[in-house]
Amino acid sequence: MRSNKMHDRMRTVADGAATGLAVLATILVVAPLIAVFVYLIYKGASSLNVDFFTKIPKPVGESGGGMANSIVGSAVLLSIASVLGIPLGIGGGIYLAEFGRGTRLANAIRFTADVLNGVPSIVMGIAAYSLVVVPMKHFSAFAGGVALAIMMVPTVTRTTEEMLLMVPNSIREAALGLGVPNWRSVLSITLKTASPGVITGCMLAFARVAGETAPLLFTALGNQFWSVNMNREIAALPLQIYIYALSPYDDQHRLAWAGALVLIVLIVLAVSLVRYVASRGILKGAS
Amino acid sequence: MKVTAPLSDIRIRKPETISAPAAVTPANTQGEANKVAGEFRQPVSPEVSEVRRFLIGRGNSAIADRAFGGVMLACAASIFGIVLLIAVELVKQSQLSWHKFGLPFFYKFNVDPDTKVPLFWDPVNGSFFALPFIYGTLITSLVALLIAVPLAIGVAIFLTEMCPRFLRGPLSFFTELLAAIPSVVYGLWAFFVLVPLLRLHINPILMQIFNNPATVKLFGWTGLVGEDGLFGGVNLGLGLLAAGVILSIMILPIIASLTREVMTAVPHSQREAVLALGATRWEMIRVAVLRNARIGIVGSIILGLGRALGETMAVAMVIGNTAQISRSLLSTGHSMASVIANEFSEATSDLHRSALIEIGLALFVVTILVNGLARLLVWAVTRGTPARVA
Repeated sequence: MRSNKMHDRMRTVADGAATGLAVLATILVVAPLIAVFVYLIYKGASSLNVDFFTKIPKPVGESGGGMANSIVGSAVLLSIASVLGIPLGIGGGIYLAEFGRGTRLANAIRFTADVLNGVPSIVMGIAAYSLVVVPMKHFSAFAGGVALAIMMVPTVTRTTEEMLLMVPNSIREAALGLGVPNWRSVLSITLKTASPGVITGCMLAFARVAGETAPLLFTALGNQFWSVNMNREIAALPLQIYIYALSPYDDQHRLAWAGALVLIVLIVLAVSLVRYVASRGILKGAS
Repeated sequence: MKVTAPLSDIRIRKPETISAPAAVTPANTQGEANKVAGEFRQPVSPEVSEVRRFLIGRGNSAIADRAFGGVMLACAASIFGIVLLIAVELVKQSQLSWHKFGLPFFYKFNVDPDTKVPLFWDPVNGSFFALPFIYGTLITSLVALLIAVPLAIGVAIFLTEMCPRFLRGPLSFFTELLAAIPSVVYGLWAFFVLVPLLRLHINPILMQIFNNPATVKLFGWTGLVGEDGLFGGVNLGLGLLAAGVILSIMILPIIASLTREVMTAVPHSQREAVLALGATRWEMIRVAVLRNARIGIVGSIILGLGRALGETMAVAMVIGNTAQISRSLLSTGHSMASVIANEFSEATSDLHRSALIEIGLALFVVTILVNGLARLLVWAVTRGTPARVA
């Protein structure tokens, strides 16, 4: 009897201990992450000013200057990546959701997309280097765009598929029943219904590659001056953050923090939008 | 008390099985399923229906349809193409190094005849061996997993089993956000905040514990304590430990959110059955949740490992960038990804570049294997639940 009671008490203690540990783990995890955020906002906000968005970097040693060329460079790189990557991704998603559903090929493609998602970005950089830089014999914005595009395709494919699967079948059947050809029904009924979700999915992929540095190191290379030429080296925000972070000058550290804050704001906006759309249920009006 | 549930039981029931009559139209089924289950974040359309197949077959635009389908298939197949293209290019570009060094590239090294110092990476004399980078990658990933896994599982348990409802939304949003922060920003934070913190406050404590005479006397035989041990040598702040810690912060959200997903997939009936037998909450979690979800949890850990192996920028910023092998976690090192990031654009010779690409190829193969394995494991547990991009 007595040992039974002891046993019960031990169980209660173990239960309490486990609960305590789980709570402690959560606190331990959330604390440093909040620290990252708070520190970033504090450092970044105190270094941001108008010059940051309008000026190009000053020569080393002079204070002031901004990262306007990097912001524009990032925009160029991301446009190239989006133009190349998003149509491919959406097409792939349409195939997975509308044509290949349940087939072995579709499963293999889905699996490959997931695996490709996990390949380190630096490897994408090497691939783009040997595909574009080596034949062209010089670094270029285009090579950087290709590297980022390769990274966008699997993400866009998977989100598009997911969003298309949310469209109720009755809508497709209604369209087909009215005599609309299948391709037309996919494009202007299914894809259109799912478009808010698909667009946010693209934004998510966009935000993800916007912060990528590794694939740009030896494709876009970086540039201290204005350049929007696709054939030349180009500056990019994450690249510049990396270079400035490791420089010995305080001024450049400040620019790095400001750049990081700008990047994060962009990403937070994208992620919040995705969540908002997902929680609202994109198909409220449709179904 | 032992509950053995075959894996096949840990699936969320498909929408069709929840709403009763099969005759209801698919749209209806979904609506109902959503209402009933409540947990479903999204409806999943079942397989292509009879009606649809019939209507597609009746359409008079067979050529256009087939062409459109073909184009979409081409887009989807481009994913295969990309993987193949990457593989072919990496193999092609690393030929030079492969022919020169062969397989020993990954495990051998030269020794300087005069000083007896091992030579791994010598661009001047054109001799390249990848051992220190493999070592650096493995050690940093191991440190990261050791820190991240217990914490991540704790967080997942808290979120699925204990968390008050009002906290759940913000916390999961927060974890999602963290997974989206770019590597370079983590690196920036690590370089300016974490490294000084380690150097000034944490490393001295660790060195105190591991290097004091009493510990050395007790555990000296393990070779892990003292001046030659895990925390011996100079305390720079930069080094393998710093890289491991920042990696652990980066992979935590990934492991935690996937583990949570796997745990949510365990049916409520399992939990209720164990509770009904008089188990405490912890016993319920241990017996019903963790045991049923273990394969998925292992999968998510491996996925986190895959991420840690390939992580580049944050590691490159804090690992110290020296090609050496040292037992001490405080010593500087290099990882496979960081050496590529650091040296590629200023490689001195074709052989140097080719050796770096060979390291990249190894990284590619390893991460594909690791990710493939992890995906299979996670998929085995969560199949039946709606597909999600992780």
